[in-house]
Amino acid sequence: MSEEKKREKILDVKDLDITFETTAGKVHAIRGVNIDLYQGETVAIVGESGSGKSVTMRAAMGILAKNAVVNKGEIIYRYRDNVGGIDYNPENDENAVWKEADILKMDKKWIRKHINGRRIAMVFQDPMTSLDPTMTIGKQIMEGMIWHYKIDKKDAYNRAVGLLKEVGIEDAEKRMKQYPHQLSGGMRQRVVIAIALSCNPDLLICDEPTTALDVNIQAKILELIKKVQKERDIAVIYITHDLGVVAKVADYVNVMYAGKIVEVGNINEIFYDPRHPYTWGLLSAMPDLGTDDDRLYTIPGSPPNLLHEKEGDAFAPRNAYALEIDDKLEPPMFQITETHSAATWLLDPRAPKVEMPAELRNRIERMKKEAQANGSKL
Amino acid sequence: MAANYNAEPLLEVKGLKQFFPVSKTYTVKAVNDVSFKVYPGETYGLVGESGSGKSTIGRSIIRLYDPTEGTINFCGMDISGKMTRETKKNLRLQMQMIFQDPMASLNPRKKIKDIIGEALDIHHNYVNTAERDAKVEAILQKVGLAKEHADRYPHQFSGGQRQRVGIARALILNPKLVIADECISALDVSIQAQVVNLMKDIQEELGTAYLFIAHDLSMVKYISDRIGVLHLGHLLETGTTDEIFSNPVHPYTKSLLSAIPIPNPELEKNREVINYDYKTSGIDYCKGTDHLVDGTHFVKCTDEEFATWTGK
Ligand SMILES: Nc1ncnc2c1ncn2[C@@H]1O[C@H](COP(=O)(O)OP(=O)(O)OP(=O)(O)O)[C@@H](O)[C@H]1O
Ligand SMILES: Nc1ncnc2c1ncn2[C@@H]1O[C@H](COP(=O)(O)OP(=O)(O)OP(=O)(O)O)[C@@H](O)[C@H]1O
Ligand SMILES: [Mg+2]
Ligand SMILES: [Mg+2]
Repeated sequence: MSEEKKREKILDVKDLDITFETTAGKVHAIRGVNIDLYQGETVAIVGESGSGKSVTMRAAMGILAKNAVVNKGEIIYRYRDNVGGIDYNPENDENAVWKEADILKMDKKWIRKHINGRRIAMVFQDPMTSLDPTMTIGKQIMEGMIWHYKIDKKDAYNRAVGLLKEVGIEDAEKRMKQYPHQLSGGMRQRVVIAIALSCNPDLLICDEPTTALDVNIQAKILELIKKVQKERDIAVIYITHDLGVVAKVADYVNVMYAGKIVEVGNINEIFYDPRHPYTWGLLSAMPDLGTDDDRLYTIPGSPPNLLHEKEGDAFAPRNAYALEIDDKLEPPMFQITETHSAATWLLDPRAPKVEMPAELRNRIERMKKEAQANGSKL
Repeated sequence: MAANYNAEPLLEVKGLKQFFPVSKTYTVKAVNDVSFKVYPGETYGLVGESGSGKSTIGRSIIRLYDPTEGTINFCGMDISGKMTRETKKNLRLQMQMIFQDPMASLNPRKKIKDIIGEALDIHHNYVNTAERDAKVEAILQKVGLAKEHADRYPHQFSGGQRQRVGIARALILNPKLVIADECISALDVSIQAQVVNLMKDIQEELGTAYLFIAHDLSMVKYISDRIGVLHLGHLLETGTTDEIFSNPVHPYTKSLLSAIPIPNPELEKNREVINYDYKTSGIDYCKGTDHLVDGTHFVKCTDEEFATWTGK
């Protein structure tokens, strides 16, 4: 990202609120989520399992489950019309103009034609659910390119083989003819990544894209996405629980808990200066190669049951640092720096001064020293 | 109860080969002459590149495939060939697998309580529905889900919640061996820790053994007693977790360990990874034999390779 260039916002999720109707009652899964994303930048969403990461992104793709009800909110997507076929890059076209749409208000047909796969592509968490078991891998990669861009079969075939090679699948031509069940878990995951990249999206959403990949291939895939991002200035959202991956790729991090973003900041702010007690817990639970603890730290208690809403802060029952007010009133976002804010009453000027757990503090200090020893100016 | 190395091995895999003929000219040699043992109460970590044959080994052991070659011994029974009904029943009761792709392994038309309760049904493990429901609820809670989840269908869960349904289903019968294929990969670190601690508790209490397949080496290091490193269907290096992590010998193992991402952004940005490419490495896995490094640490290679890598 060059300094003089204006940051273009391409996605603005505003106050999103979603419930699911189930036999046991209403599940209030998303409770006022705000996320900003700028062109060319990478945002990571981390957080507890079930906190609403995938649902938020499905909403942005216009593909929520049937039993979902959007109570509130907007998802403004800004884009430039793709006028020049599959290799068109609006960056090189001075006549390209920005348009915007609220995904939540657009109809299914428009979304399918303009958004899904073409401008916003998503790598789904469970590769098997997004692959068709009865269709060869090759067909599935070629499909979108042919549908969206009407390119001919041969061109699509060559591009598909090229993509398979880029995601590190050997014998690409032979693999093209195979069916999903004949591939390993990680290969399937990489096929889904190839499909996502095939139509040159402006926004790539990766939901746990490397969960089935060994570290070498993971590094390769992350590099590939970085390369594409540089070439075409696309924005990338990573949903991942792997904080090592976050450390490698993210410019900004959103921490999610129980359907809300509870802390947001740039990568260094979140890793070296976390403020929300949930973020403290998350960072403390990372297995640490440097120590030989016998048991891993876990955040005490269990995630809130989204069927029964409670007053106050959803994290309070598990929060060793909870204040009295936490049981009554949800904390607002407190701003710490221009890029860093967190929703915890601990940041209220009237709150008692509370430090993060000593163990985490020591670990962060150690991380900083290691980084400095490697030339970082932290 | 810690791993019991004086006992007979719970699982012994000898010379396992699993080939898939894809077309007349193309056969995938997914597993190529792999041997290892798992002892009661032990956690054996299986790591290696995507496509190296980890899931296939698991699936062969639990007999979703007929092994191309080799023997598999489990609880003193030979389970590699044709099995008697009694052996089959025993295998189903004593060995469970947690599958890598949770959605594909859960019946989309069944409620969670029936998916988890199914194992109980088959083995008549309760007296009435109340007891069955209670057992299901108890295991749900242990994996960090709530009893309200019991009435939902698989697609109504988040990825990590689904994965935990698979874990609950495998653990409910207290099997002797659990093959856990990337079973915590979709979980956030805190729930990962909770599940791993739960698995350790069950192991301590009941002496369950785990064949733990994972790509996350920091978690493998944490949970495993011993580790096997697999590449292209060959088991290249085996040893205790400590032996492998403190003294990796095979260049592939070295490269694997060097690539572990470190959750430290300023460090991660300019870190070097040791590259390894089999094609240009000059190594032929088929020529290798097991060489003892020390203790229980073995590496598969030729005598010359062994001399260059270890100086012995
Ligand atoms: N169709 C549905 N019906 C009912 N509840 C649902 C449905 N889809 C999701 N949920 C619930 O909404 C919540 C958020 O789910 P989501 O998939 O966004 O979680 P997540 O943050 O992606 O978690 P994970 O890390 O485990 O994938 C969860 O509690 C989940 O059970
Ligand atoms: N049913 C099958 N038919 C043909 N080939 C298969 C079949 N099952 C697996 N393979 C092939 O066997 C090899 C090993 O696959 P396996 O699933 O065991 O890998 P893995 O080590 O589990 O990888 P990952 O980490 O990606 O899950 C791969 O090349 C795969 O394509
Ligand atoms: Mg998810
Ligand atoms: Mg696998």
